[in-house]
Amino acid sequence: MKFGIVTFPGSNCDYDAYQAVTDILGEEATYLWHKDHDLQGSDVIILPGGFSYGDYLRAGAIARFSPIMREVAAHAKAGGPVLGICNGFQIACEAGLLPGALMRNSHLQFVSAEVRVRIENSDTMFTNLYDRGEILRIPVAHGDGRYVAPPDVLEELEAEGRVVFRYVDANGNITAYANPNGSERNIAGIISEGGNVLGLMPHPERACSPLLGSSDGVRLFESILARVAA
Amino acid sequence: MAKFRIAVHITPRKGLLDPQGNAVRDALHTLGFTAVKGVHVGRYIIVETDAYDALTAEDTVTEMCAKLLANPVTEDFEIESAVPA
Repeated sequence: MKFGIVTFPGSNCDYDAYQAVTDILGEEATYLWHKDHDLQGSDVIILPGGFSYGDYLRAGAIARFSPIMREVAAHAKAGGPVLGICNGFQIACEAGLLPGALMRNSHLQFVSAEVRVRIENSDTMFTNLYDRGEILRIPVAHGDGRYVAPPDVLEELEAEGRVVFRYVDANGNITAYANPNGSERNIAGIISEGGNVLGLMPHPERACSPLLGSSDGVRLFESILARVAA
Repeated sequence: MAKFRIAVHITPRKGLLDPQGNAVRDALHTLGFTAVKGVHVGRYIIVETDAYDALTAEDTVTEMCAKLLANPVTEDFEIESAVPA
């Protein structure tokens, strides 16, 4: 399976994603320059973390108009998997691939820390190798990670099981203290209506080896492999 | 075609948490401006554009706001009248 990792000016987790796919997963990966018009036959697209276009205007607002995003949107529309991590989540929201938006952290500080997220839905192409209710340790690193959406959209996401990850404490409880950015309902990651676009603020690609402190992110990539290859 | 200059005010959507505005409000309170009830921090954008007339320029900038300058989920925008640049 081939993973296409989009590099925007300012992306900084594209190498991490590449390493996770090639070294840990043992699959093929290629970088896709933001000015390209071709996904080079990629089966899965990763929009990596970073600060595309310096977060000018709003995080993800300009990246959304990069030429490659037209192809990414077409790929998503056709049911192709798209994984938006951190800045990639922000870009996916700005591009309308996912509902809602990511705003400045409620405490106004950049947060770089390992957090706990709970698997809220294990019946997705990104989480099928996890158990529902399982708690993962995954790092976050962002200044604009507060997920917001209109109340009716939040209700729809909840009703359809599209809240995939939520920030929780060590006991699995949804608390304000466990919420690193003030996201509504402790939402850390959501999935599109079609189930093929996942956006999340935590960095699974940085939790793929005991050397990095956690391997809890590995199964996210393995889940894609299991589902897409099937 | 003529040159116009249009100012756009973009503010956080009312009712949404505005941590920046709250931080500035609290700082003003600390400085003794205790009468301050609320502060909202947004962006001020000036667009210089060619257009057939002022109304067309304003319509075009409104479209720019909806498509890029403001996020319809989290922000409100107001545009000022176009002035000849």
